[in-house]
Amino acid sequence: MKFKKFITATAVALSMMLSLSAVAADTIKVGVLHSLSGTMAISETTLKDTVLMMIEEQNKKGGLLGKKLEAVVVDPASNWPLFAEKTRELLTKEKVDVIFGCWTSVSRKSVLPVIEELNGLLFYPVQYEGEESSKNVFYTGAAPNQQAVPAVDYLMNELEVERWVLAGTDYVYPRTTNKILEAYLIAKGVAPADIMINYTPFGHSDWQSIVADVKKFGSTGKKTAVVSTINGDANIPFYKELGNQGISAEDIPVVAFSVGEEELSGLDTGPLVGHLAAWNYFQSVESDENEAFIKKWKKFAGKKRVTNDPMEATYIGFNMWAQAVEKAGTTEVDTVEQAMIGITTPNLTGGVAVMNSNHHLSKPVLIGEIQDDGQIETVWETNGTVIGDAWSDHLSSSRNLISDWTAPVSCGNFNTKTAKCSGQNF
Amino acid sequence: MREAERPLVFLRFKFIDFRRLNGGIVVTYLVKRFLALMLLVFSVGSLATAVAETDLRQISQQLVGAKLKALPAIVEQFETGGEEALPLLDAMLNGRLFVRKSDKLIVIAERQQDGDYALVDALSAESLSPSPKKRLKKVKVNNRLRVQLREVIARITLSSDDPDIRESAVRNMLNKMSDRNIAMLAQAKKVETDSTVMALIDLALAINVLKTTDVQAERLTALEAIDGSLEPIVFNTLSALLAQDDAGNNLEADTAVRAKALKIKDRIQQKIDFYELMEKLFFGLSLGSVLLLIATGLAITFGVMGVINMAHGELIMIGAYTAYVVQLLMPNSLEYSILVAIPMAFLVAGTVGVLIERCVIRFLHGRPLETLLATFGISLILQQTVRSIFSPLNRQVSSPSWLSGSLDINPIFSLTYNRLYILLFALLVFFILQLVLKRTSLGLNVRAVSQNRSMAKAIGIRTEWVDAMTFGLGSGIAGIAGVALSQLTNVGPNLGQAYIIDSFMVVVFGGVGNLWGTLVGGFSLGILNKFLEPVTGAVLANIIILVSIILFIQKRPRGLFPQKGRAAG
Repeated sequence: MKFKKFITATAVALSMMLSLSAVAADTIKVGVLHSLSGTMAISETTLKDTVLMMIEEQNKKGGLLGKKLEAVVVDPASNWPLFAEKTRELLTKEKVDVIFGCWTSVSRKSVLPVIEELNGLLFYPVQYEGEESSKNVFYTGAAPNQQAVPAVDYLMNELEVERWVLAGTDYVYPRTTNKILEAYLIAKGVAPADIMINYTPFGHSDWQSIVADVKKFGSTGKKTAVVSTINGDANIPFYKELGNQGISAEDIPVVAFSVGEEELSGLDTGPLVGHLAAWNYFQSVESDENEAFIKKWKKFAGKKRVTNDPMEATYIGFNMWAQAVEKAGTTEVDTVEQAMIGITTPNLTGGVAVMNSNHHLSKPVLIGEIQDDGQIETVWETNGTVIGDAWSDHLSSSRNLISDWTAPVSCGNFNTKTAKCSGQNF
Repeated sequence: MREAERPLVFLRFKFIDFRRLNGGIVVTYLVKRFLALMLLVFSVGSLATAVAETDLRQISQQLVGAKLKALPAIVEQFETGGEEALPLLDAMLNGRLFVRKSDKLIVIAERQQDGDYALVDALSAESLSPSPKKRLKKVKVNNRLRVQLREVIARITLSSDDPDIRESAVRNMLNKMSDRNIAMLAQAKKVETDSTVMALIDLALAINVLKTTDVQAERLTALEAIDGSLEPIVFNTLSALLAQDDAGNNLEADTAVRAKALKIKDRIQQKIDFYELMEKLFFGLSLGSVLLLIATGLAITFGVMGVINMAHGELIMIGAYTAYVVQLLMPNSLEYSILVAIPMAFLVAGTVGVLIERCVIRFLHGRPLETLLATFGISLILQQTVRSIFSPLNRQVSSPSWLSGSLDINPIFSLTYNRLYILLFALLVFFILQLVLKRTSLGLNVRAVSQNRSMAKAIGIRTEWVDAMTFGLGSGIAGIAGVALSQLTNVGPNLGQAYIIDSFMVVVFGGVGNLWGTLVGGFSLGILNKFLEPVTGAVLANIIILVSIILFIQKRPRGLFPQKGRAAG
């Protein structure tokens, strides 16, 4: 009996899949490459939902080029090599026209060779360490000069910080960001003895000795701050330990680059109040676009859900791609790629996002203080927007490099001194 | 005189005292003349407070709609309000100060169970009717303002009646030695009666002397005054005195002062070194206690029963989620929900453990590889189940107030309460388990079955039942460990994965089948880790420990305390 049921169910499912692929000929396929299981599911499922919401909305408006959009969702399961396999599957088997996906830098690095080989198009929505510009990727998150460097400027100028703790999780994003920040601080005249660098493994939960070290480092009478590139999960025990050892945000403020509204929604925010976060978007920003976006999101995903920065980046990326497809009149990758450059769309903070020729966006930089309701209140922002810099000016290895995907340069790694394109885009 | 400086406050105290008496007067009898005198004081008192209150009200009304930049100037004015302004300043510091939109009244709001906010007038402390959040606007506050608020509160509370409050006020000023604060401290010294507060004030004044005067004798006495103090500012002052410029010249010209400062600094340094050692030891013990807690359950299922249970981490996770659910079920008593969660987690995780044993493991008896794979599968199923029920996001288990903060032994050495309690709790669980195994009939059966299964069966022990109970006991203890971990780290579907390797490491290192080995193993790994970490960094410390355990197992395959005799076979 059960077996019979199973057979019928499979048959129904199969016929549905067949009929879907029959319709698929006149749809535009959008690949969604976000982990739905494993460690990163906590952050990435939200972005999958965001893309689905944007597709639904675009379809209500009549789709693109007279065709409906169709989402192809795959689950790379927080497994970095699987990201590459799933990308290959999306591009060769599903033949998607564009992919929205990845969160961690290591997953992006694993996708890069495949997406370049098969000439796909990836929109990457998360803040990252820079030092990269691929022809096939649009980076809608912040580069270091759009998040880390302005945050350090804020601490130095507004809070008069003199001693620095650069604490991070041990992987490529914190390591590169801290290298840039260290070079930047030393160039600003900070003595190497006033910089403490510390790395911890993923999911580190025993912060006792590190917090005690920070406390000691900060007790010399000079104003001290922690610049944290600690990855999501390890943050809570870190802040808890700070609170328990009696270090408040007034004594030693922590500015975090990967703690957003989504991460804050699952925890006791008591020990975090007053600590800082640097992003390009906060849910608390007052603008008409933002209000409309939050309303749509709550309707789509549930009343208690919050919005965050990578969601805004996904929103901007999707709108830009839709515009570029309309403008190009096709979804062919090379044409869309050229059409993308120079596209503008309203961002959610009341300004305008521009896609520059280096595949990075212009973004405003906001510094906010964490509130007890899990929201982040803006305390400082840049005047106008900052153009994302693919290759940092603060590292000697990339000082002379620029990225420009328009003719005549058309290169992701162009050395302005030697006027040569190395072709090494990542 | 403190009273003389603050006549309004003085009168207010009088006013309250007499009003209290007034209630008594109605029921008792009193001479009419006396009553008249009372009334006079009463009216004068209330008049005075009324004046103070209107002044404060005017200042506080400036907060309505004020820009963040304008706030420091307003906050400064509150100092004139004295103790009257304290509740308002305190609420502002803690982000509980709001403006009621309807009448622009400044109120202190506290969230109630039903989601509305209970309101209290910030100045008169009069209770107002509760209001939903959207009718209130929060008075903004940022870090810079918080620093200023603390300073203003310190200046006001310097004349508080409570020595503890005075102490924290002086401590606050110690870190911000402006001329004004020094003058206030010198004033306060004259009327101070409490010896601890007095010592702190003397310290602050002595540091000021060292920084400002050139008279040798005064500076030497000041140095004497700060001798032996562990306050960070003392050490910093001494370091500043002994500092050299880039060319290697001493910044301090006076050799006598320098020599004395050097001697004192060395003495303090010795003390600091000692307490740092103590601190490291405590950190190590505390990490060890976490390792002990998570490994005790495994020591039973793996050590005693010989089942390689890869789902052990998920049983810990289930315990942590039980703590979360219990907290949801008793929202009115967050302080004690964690105590209720401990037995609940034991029951829930224990039941899941018994189910796993009955449904899967008993069929795989004596086939360790298959058990390993099956339990690994179970761990994935449990993770995904939790993800489906509770979402992949982390859940919040808030810490009761008695588990937050730290026990300050001196300015540089303090023990955090949550770690301290977990250390004690881990030992308690361990010894209760020892009692169960050594003193109860279940324990006797467990030991009998683990030593010789067929013999135990032959003398009539229901080995099947004992297996289920033993596995349930081990799982239940894993659940309890989960409750403890919910106070230290995230409660999420991946919680268990982070601890499974550590727990196997401890059990194997300590010696399979020996609970005392688990205890010693857990603490020694914890302490080793904490002594390595400052030298090598957290990542390398983990690697070194893993490698040294592998080498250790090569030398002694049965761990620290191998089972001996026939049981070892």
